[in-house]
Amino acid sequence: MVNLAARHVVGAHYGLRDWLVQRVTAVVMLLWTLVVLGALMWNGGFDHASWKALWAGEFFRLLSFLFVASVLWHAWVGVRNITMDYLKPVALRLTVQSAVVAVLVLYLGWTLRILWGAGA
Amino acid sequence: MATPPPVAKPARPVYLDLLSIRQPLPAVLSILHRASGALLFLVGIPLSLWGLQASLGSADAYASFATVVSHPIAKLVALALAWAYLHHLLAGVRHLLLDLHVGIDLAAARRSSAIVFVLAIVLTLFVAIRLW
Repeated sequence: MVNLAARHVVGAHYGLRDWLVQRVTAVVMLLWTLVVLGALMWNGGFDHASWKALWAGEFFRLLSFLFVASVLWHAWVGVRNITMDYLKPVALRLTVQSAVVAVLVLYLGWTLRILWGAGA
Repeated sequence: MATPPPVAKPARPVYLDLLSIRQPLPAVLSILHRASGALLFLVGIPLSLWGLQASLGSADAYASFATVVSHPIAKLVALALAWAYLHHLLAGVRHLLLDLHVGIDLAAARRSSAIVFVLAIVLTLFVAIRLW
């Protein structure tokens, strides 16, 4: 006979993963922020030429892509928490969450275009 | 087993006026962590991507970007977003330290909340000085 009390499985199983994602992406964003602040102080500010030169570096572009991807994933976890707290009707919550996901994916595409698109 | 009959609850005063309850400092910090995060998602991300795209464009595009950004209202928006970023980041670092069981007793948690508030405002003032 199965002992149902022994293993009481509830929830959607993304809780721990999202908790960890929120922290790992936070550390990535913190490190990128420190790198950019360091570059800003090292340069003593940016004009158009030195700003473009910074973003022309392939390594910096990759780092920045990692940063933006972290921002977007972090934003998803945070915004989803907000919608779960305040938007009680399921239809409304799912609609808003779908729109948020769509917008975040659009932002990722926009970022790729800025970083590696024509004219970049 | 029959469910027991409902017991009539005594009429206790329910006092949940969030605007009148005096919230402890870590609670205010936490609310602003969420509010700043929402602001960064709604305004910060799209404006930053737009600004990055404009600033990396041609010299003409950069010049028009610089003109827009030098407008006083644009500077205020940038300053508000800078505060939101700094407050969210510092409150997040505090959160990571709490996860590592650093400063989890009450006095330390209150002190670190105050540090986050003050540091975010001081750093925002630095940004303001650079902008103006």
